[in-house]
Order: sequence, then C-alpha cells, then structure tokens
Amino acid sequence: MNIKFNDETFRDDYTFHNSDWAIQRFPFPFHEDHYMYAVNMEQHRGGPEGSVYEKRFDVDEHYVAEMRDRAMVLADDPLRCQSLPHMELAGWDLLELIMVSKSEDYPDLFELHRNGDHWRWVNKPLGIDDSFTFMDETTLPYGPMEYITRQTQGDFALLDQREENLWMDAGIVTTQADWSLDFDIGMNFFEWHAPVPLAHEKGIFVRALKFLLNVQQGAPGRRLNWTMTVNPLLDTSPENYHKWGIQKSSLTPDNVGQKQYLRVELQTFFRLPRSNGLVFPIRCYLISLEDIVTIPKWGRRLHRVIRDLPVELATYKGFIDNRPMILDYLSKFDDGSETSPGVWPDPQLEKG
Amino acid sequence: MSGAEKIAVRVSDIIPLTDLVTRFEFKPINGELLPTFSGGAHTVVEMQDGDTIRRNPYSLMSDPFDQSTYTISVRRDDEGRGGSLFMHTQVSVGDEMTISNPVNLFSLDLRARKHLMIAGGIGITPFLAQIKQLDRAHANWELHYASRNAALGSYVSELTTQHPNDVNIYYDEEKQAIDLDNLLEGQPLGTHLYVCGPKGMINWVRGTADRLGWASEVVHYEEFLAPQPGERFQVELAISNKMIYVGENESLLEAIEAAGVDAPYLCRGGACGQCETNVVSFDGEFLHSDHWLDDDEKASGEKIMPCVSRFNGKTLVLER
Repeated sequence: MNIKFNDETFRDDYTFHNSDWAIQRFPFPFHEDHYMYAVNMEQHRGGPEGSVYEKRFDVDEHYVAEMRDRAMVLADDPLRCQSLPHMELAGWDLLELIMVSKSEDYPDLFELHRNGDHWRWVNKPLGIDDSFTFMDETTLPYGPMEYITRQTQGDFALLDQREENLWMDAGIVTTQADWSLDFDIGMNFFEWHAPVPLAHEKGIFVRALKFLLNVQQGAPGRRLNWTMTVNPLLDTSPENYHKWGIQKSSLTPDNVGQKQYLRVELQTFFRLPRSNGLVFPIRCYLISLEDIVTIPKWGRRLHRVIRDLPVELATYKGFIDNRPMILDYLSKFDDGSETSPGVWPDPQLEKG
Repeated sequence: MSGAEKIAVRVSDIIPLTDLVTRFEFKPINGELLPTFSGGAHTVVEMQDGDTIRRNPYSLMSDPFDQSTYTISVRRDDEGRGGSLFMHTQVSVGDEMTISNPVNLFSLDLRARKHLMIAGGIGITPFLAQIKQLDRAHANWELHYASRNAALGSYVSELTTQHPNDVNIYYDEEKQAIDLDNLLEGQPLGTHLYVCGPKGMINWVRGTADRLGWASEVVHYEEFLAPQPGERFQVELAISNKMIYVGENESLLEAIEAAGVDAPYLCRGGACGQCETNVVSFDGEFLHSDHWLDDDEKASGEKIMPCVSRFNGKTLVLER
C-alpha cells in the first residue's frame, strides 16, 4: 500500500480535504433510510479490502496532519490526556496492541523489533525511531498510552473493569464530538452516558455494558456513531465550545455543501490482556455534504435520515437550528428513487 | 458466537504433585507466542472423551508474561462427570489439545494498596499467577493458604521458599485455622480481599468481611461450580428445531454443542452469565445451580444457565 499523506489543517484555514479514494472508503453509517439507536455492534476482525474496517487501526491520508493537530491541542490543554495511577499497565497493553497491529498490518510504514524487553519502534510517516525498555516508563518521552496515541489517529478511552462495570480511568481525547475526558475521568459507564437522550429508556446501555464486559481477548468488536460538524474541525470539545460553537451560525445556503460535514466515529473495543481492561478507540472520519452527494445512494439516504430524525436527537447532535438549511441542500440530490439495503455504494445501479 | 479463535497446544509436561493434583504444561503447536493474560484468568480445555467433547475451565497459574508455556493444575474428582479423570488418566505428554483464549473473571483490582489473598485447596492456582504479576509491579500482597494436610498442599514449598515473609500456611488436620477476624481487623486502609476455594470457605470469608464492615467492592471471590451429574432429560431447541437429550454425565450446554448448535459461553461454571438462555415453555422443575440468575429469575421459569443447571420433568423448550 502506498498512502500519500495530505498536507492539510483542521483549524483556521481548514485545508482538510478528502481524495476520491477517501470518499469511496468513507464509513457511511446508515444501512437504511432512517436512524435510531441500536446495539449495533459486530466483530472487528477485518473487513472488505481497502475499507476502513480492514485493519485493526486504520491509517489513511489524514494521518500526519491529524497527529500534528493533536500535538497542538495537547500543547494548549494538557488535561486532554489523563491516566489514573492504576492504569499504567493498561497503557502498556495499548502500546503493545498498537505497535504489534500496525507493524503487522502496515509493514512498509511501521516496524517493531523486540528482543525480550528491549524494543525498537520505527514510525516512518512521522520520522520516529525510538528504542526503549518495555514496562519501564522512564525510557519513553511520555507515559506509554500518551506515547503511542500521539502516533495513532482517533481518541482513546482506556477503561478499567471492576464491580460489573467499566470505568473511564484513562484516555486521550482531542478529536471528540463534544464530550470531555477531564469531566468524565473516573466515571462509570452509566455516568458518562447520562446525557444521551432516548437510549436509556430503550435499555440500550444496560445491554451494551453486558456485551462489553464480556468482550474477550482475541475477539475485538466495533460499531459506528455519527453527528454533524460545521467545518472540518477535529477538536469539537466542550472546553473549546466558545471557539467552534459560533461557527455553526456561519452556514449559508451557498456554503452549506462545503462547510457542513458528516462526522462518523468508528468505535472499536479490544480486551487488554495484561490488565484485563478494555480500550475503546474512537476514530473520527469527516466528509463534506458536497463530497457525500457524489455517491448518489448516500445523498438520497442522508437526506431522508436527517429529515426524519427525532427532534431530541437532532438537538443532542447539535444541528437542530441548521437542519432546514441542510435539508434544502440535500433535497436537491434526492429524486425519491429507492435505495439498496446496506451501507455500500452501488455503482452499477447508479451509472445513469 | 462462542468467541475468539481457539489455541492449538501440545502437552509438554505432566507433573503429579500430590495424591490428587497434577500439573499440566501446554506449549503452542504453531510455534507462535501464546497470548499474555492477567493474573486470575482461566482457560477452557477441550477434551475429546469418546463421543463427548468436554470443556472444563482451569485457572492459569503460570507467569502471565510467559508467552511460551501455559500451566494449569487439575484436581482429580472421582465423583465428578469425568473431565478431571480424563485429564488424569487419558492425557499424555505430546498429546495435542485445544484451549480457549484466556478469560478473567477474578481480576486484581489494581487500585489496591495491598492485596490480601485467602486460598483453600486447589483454589491456590489463580493466586500463583497473580503473585507473579504483583511481584513484577513490586506490589504489596500477603497470602493465607489452607490445605487439608502437608501431603495435599500443592505448591506450599515453592511458595514458602520464594516468599517466606508473605505466605502463611494452615493445615486443617493439624487444627491450624486462619484467625480471620484478627487478620481482617489488622489490615491497612486500601486493602482488597480475594478468596478462592471451596464454597464453605468463600461464604465464611465473605460473611466475616461483611460483619466487620468491609465494603463488597473490595471483596473479590471466585467459585467455579463444576456441572453436577443428574438424571437424563429431554430438551427442544426451538430456533434450531432440534430435539436433544442431556445424558447423566453431560451438561445441558455440552448436549446443545453436541447437537451442532453454536451457543455462547465463557466460564462454563455458572458465574459469567454469557450462556444465559431464554425458556420458551416448560412442564417440570428447574434444577438451577448457577450464581448468575437472582432468586426471582430462577423462580420465573424464564431463564436457565445451561452450563451448570438441569431440568426434571416432561417438556422444556429453549430459545436456542
């Protein structure tokens, strides 16, 4: 595989862009023409070739730029990365999982050389070549979780499992859909999901927790979540709401296609062997409306999903005020034709 | 449905330890490394016993960081359904066997300032792995290990030699008993209590801790129930549209698997909840043996844990 990494920004001049390759492999989250919460989890053990599901930790054209953006967020606000003292072992688990996965899945980009506890890690895209002692934090420039997640796309919640619950006891969170690690640190599964509307009543979280508590070593899982973001902004955090919230009012009928983004999270979960913790990587993919509608099935379907979404969800996801403008734009790409089941584009149906 | 890939291993060593307990060592067949695990984890060992595949959980007792070898200890149960007897009499060095990925239902709480461990008999095994894990982290722990007599005290000499200051041994036949009240009263703040052993010991330790005001969050226990033999019964599997019979020495879960129906499981000992199965209809009496379902659920006749529980009566229809 040969990935050409984009030189782009997720702030200020927003030069972020998706190539045709990135559009075609975008994880479109709607398998039918409407949306409601469900325990939509499946095994994370590969996927169609070239898709974002294929590798354990997907690397794409935005990798280098995303890591640059993360470093800027951390420089401004170190509390985006926190680890309670008992989570160090889980941090080493995560470092090991990512280094082993990436070096096996992308041998041309990453190398891991292990000789007992003496490890050498080579990250070619970021120009890193470090030797260190596994399980000895003093031999790395950061703690193990921070070290490896400064080199891996997506946010990471590191969960401790005890008392039949999961606890948000460590993480690095710089590309989030309006939630705060600093607020959630130390909370359990029900506490940090408390703000989500409708799902509690449907018993979603009780069932989801039961599923997650039983995730086994060697059997990771995944699900998708989504929201809408104005401008290709990774850091939509509560801490910085005063900076980005106002941008929602910059949408006009003329710029909505370029400035309104569908934001999809590929959430995966892996049992961590040495600590018996769970890691919850949350990987953010962004795509503008005008790029979505280049796939006719996606344009039609997104229009119908956004149109029929319950008010509570459109409010919670933060686009209730802009919904009419978004629908005006998308309706031009919905001719009322039937859409095929499933998330994938259907090129043969869409030639005409 | 029933989880991750299995691991193919070869029996690399068999070491009789006492009259009842034998240690088995496994090495991977494919030459790759075994997964690391956390202290307290178990693996499910598959045994091809004639026409029956038995799957018994055993605590991993080797160093969790050692990816070359897994070690378990099996206590022979002459009254049981035959899994431990099979291990003792049918398994030889060099045999190929299949085991599951490690699963931990008896995890250390890594926040603890001190780990206080109480073991009875074969219940020592998960602590052997936890001690290796804690020693690597230079953590504070203390073990109190009760055995019937010196001849049956597996790993006593190994433990007392390596950890003379942290291990305390008690032999029932010499009337040595753990002075539990004093032991619990003297613990520093932040201590977590772990107990693994026979049911009576677990109840005694949990009851004493509760009476002395220990919060349930800091008291951890593991009790694997071996499925008990019982009378043969008949079950209809509604989704797979099959009629099956559960033999005297077979569990309901094993009978479902033998019929070619994939059913979820983790612990096979009535503890984890993974195999919980809905009852469509029944005419008869449930013999619930798990400690997953609460009393109301057991009385409702709506759920059964097929790994350990049985049924007595005319008809039982399951949603499987």
